[in-house]
Amino acid sequence: MMNWSEFFAMNGYGFYVWGSYGVALLVFIVEILMVRHRRVLALRQLRLLNESGDAQ
Amino acid sequence: MRLAINWFKYSAPSTFYGLAGKLIPFFAWPAAILFAVGLYIGFFVAPTDAVQSEAYRIMFIHVPASILSMFIYLIMAGYAALGLIFKTRLSSMMASALAPTGALFAFISLWTGALWGKPMWGAWWVWDARLTSELILLFLYLGFIALQASIEDPRRADRASALLAIVGSVNVPIIYYSVQWWNTLHQGSTIKFSGTSMHVAMQQSMFTILVACWLYVIAISLARVRSIILERESNTQWVKELAEAK
Repeated sequence: MMNWSEFFAMNGYGFYVWGSYGVALLVFIVEILMVRHRRVLALRQLRLLNESGDAQ
Repeated sequence: MRLAINWFKYSAPSTFYGLAGKLIPFFAWPAAILFAVGLYIGFFVAPTDAVQSEAYRIMFIHVPASILSMFIYLIMAGYAALGLIFKTRLSSMMASALAPTGALFAFISLWTGALWGKPMWGAWWVWDARLTSELILLFLYLGFIALQASIEDPRRADRASALLAIVGSVNVPIIYYSVQWWNTLHQGSTIKFSGTSMHVAMQQSMFTILVACWLYVIAISLARVRSIILERESNTQWVKELAEAK
């Protein structure tokens, strides 16, 4: 099994291979965070609506 | 006679909201596991390529992302059309839920393609038929999202963006057949129904990651559509009584 430095070097193509997988991973993580955030905002909005509803 | 009959119990946003919530983990966790397995096979089992040495390993994310960017668009256009024809709000919501994920996959396809093209073709970008039509696909996604965001009334927004999505779907076959119709720098399809010349481990890795991407898309769009339901149905009784909205 080749050692880790060879692995990351990808025979000289490391920049391209890890540049591809790194950005893809980043995109997935950012998308997951954005979807979670959108849910938080939606629920916060609903709580406000409910509170103003109760206040009347 | 307004065709507003309830086709199936789960086509109503209220029941779908609960169902989608339960389904997400069943798609999300297998997706994560298959990603790990696919990447392991791709990097530790698949051999070095005779011609491209290690650079070809970009294929394991580039090809699934490209395949999905096209499929998601067709599914999005399908939901948009359903919403347009049958006035089913949930269909239009599903179209809006898929658009951002489709756009991201189109971006990943273009990005990984460029990082693969630079060492292999010597260029980040060429105005090649396949690359250009994929770029148009990305713009169609962004156009759909922008149109949705720019129109206040959800109904009108759904109608306008549905028309864009449907008209834009002609672009997907163009992407697919671009490598055959035009003499493109981008290669033809290596995987045919008659089989493939690819090494078995390479096939396994790519197919595993493709399935992982599919499961990811389902999980993330179900999660996003739940938020869209909460946003659009905020004045309904069932949303008000939701535990998480208290």
